[in-house]
Amino acid sequence: MHEMSIVQALLDRVEAEAEAHAASAVVVVRVAIGTQSGVEPDLVRSAFDLARAGTRCAEAELVIRSVEAVWACVACARPLAAGERLRCPRCGAPARLASGDEILLERLELEVA
Amino acid sequence: MCEDCGCGDPALVPVEVQESLLAGNDRVARHNREHFLEHGVLALNLMGSPGSGKTALLEATARAHTGLRIAAVSGDLATDRDARRLEAAGIPARSITTGSACHLDAEMVHHALHHQALAGLDVFVVENVGNLVCPAVYDLGQNANVVVLSVTEGEDKPLKYPVMFRKADLVVLTKIDLLPHLDVSRAAIEDALARTMPEPAVIALSAKTGEGVERWVAWLAARHAGLAAGTAAAGS
Ligand SMILES: Nc1nc2c(ncn2[C@@H]2O[C@H](COP(=O)(O)OP(=O)(O)OP(=O)(O)O)[C@@H](O)[C@H]2O)c(=O)[nH]1
Ligand SMILES: [Mg+2]
Ligand SMILES: [Zn+2]
Ligand SMILES: [Zn+2]
Repeated sequence: MHEMSIVQALLDRVEAEAEAHAASAVVVVRVAIGTQSGVEPDLVRSAFDLARAGTRCAEAELVIRSVEAVWACVACARPLAAGERLRCPRCGAPARLASGDEILLERLELEVA
Repeated sequence: MCEDCGCGDPALVPVEVQESLLAGNDRVARHNREHFLEHGVLALNLMGSPGSGKTALLEATARAHTGLRIAAVSGDLATDRDARRLEAAGIPARSITTGSACHLDAEMVHHALHHQALAGLDVFVVENVGNLVCPAVYDLGQNANVVVLSVTEGEDKPLKYPVMFRKADLVVLTKIDLLPHLDVSRAAIEDALARTMPEPAVIALSAKTGEGVERWVAWLAARHAGLAAGTAAAGS
């Protein structure tokens, strides 16, 4: 389960922000996870619950924003539906994943006493 | 403290981060990539299901007398069997024993590079842990991702594991010597790949009979030559 490694990176990053802002606790952690990122939100959630004990995230709310995959033609920007062949039917150019592969720490809400 | 009224309540401070959780891994991967480029070494991240034929592909490559100087590391949960097989085939190899980890990350590969001189090499292969999910997430600093897919795995694997196949620069379709015994259609596999890879590149071969291995060797040679010419695309 590589989600544990992802969560460890998340906790380290959040801890560094909390330290930099002299925060007493982390209240909200907002992440974005693309459906084509290879990371399962449910597994991230359970890994987070396991790993956060004793950190400033112990009471934090984890908010996961799921990002749908968007494929578009590199040449004409025509969007392709999921499951289609990844070639633009209009101009023959290959498609690119415009979004949906992100594993992102977006923002935090910190409690600063 | 709440600055507006001095009530003593802790203030809630929003902090905008917008950073990838893979940023730490990606930094080390970039560092690995510099090592490879500096020595003109083509680095491959060889991925695929357990038993798809990753080690057998490298053994067949050694038998093909490519003229390329190849070394490898194998990500292995508990044993050093793959590294021993590769050594026996004439490919200098070490194993990265991952314990319970289901994938290699850039740090593990960087550590392995301290034991493997890149000078004098043409190709450095990282045989990843057999797994179609986790290895796809981590950049190792490779120049190309190669996914080994055996015909015995069925036609739908690209559709079921799209992340791995989307990131593949090349799919090596192995064990084609077994096709006569299976109800599996090459066309169906290629169709599934066209729905997961924007620019599908497939080489079909048998590590057992050697059929098609020359196309794989030609791909290796071309990618290595492309590196020297500075035209090889960076790995994704
Ligand atoms: N018939 C046939 N068998 C093959 C071929 N390639 C590999 N095999 C067999 O498939 C089995 C697994 O091959 P390996 O090379 O160990 O596969 P792997 O992907 O390295 O396996 P792990 O590293 O354990 O994930 C072995 O019994 C091989 O002999 C092939 O082209 N044809
Ligand atoms: Mg192997
Ligand atoms: Zn994993
Ligand atoms: Zn188009």
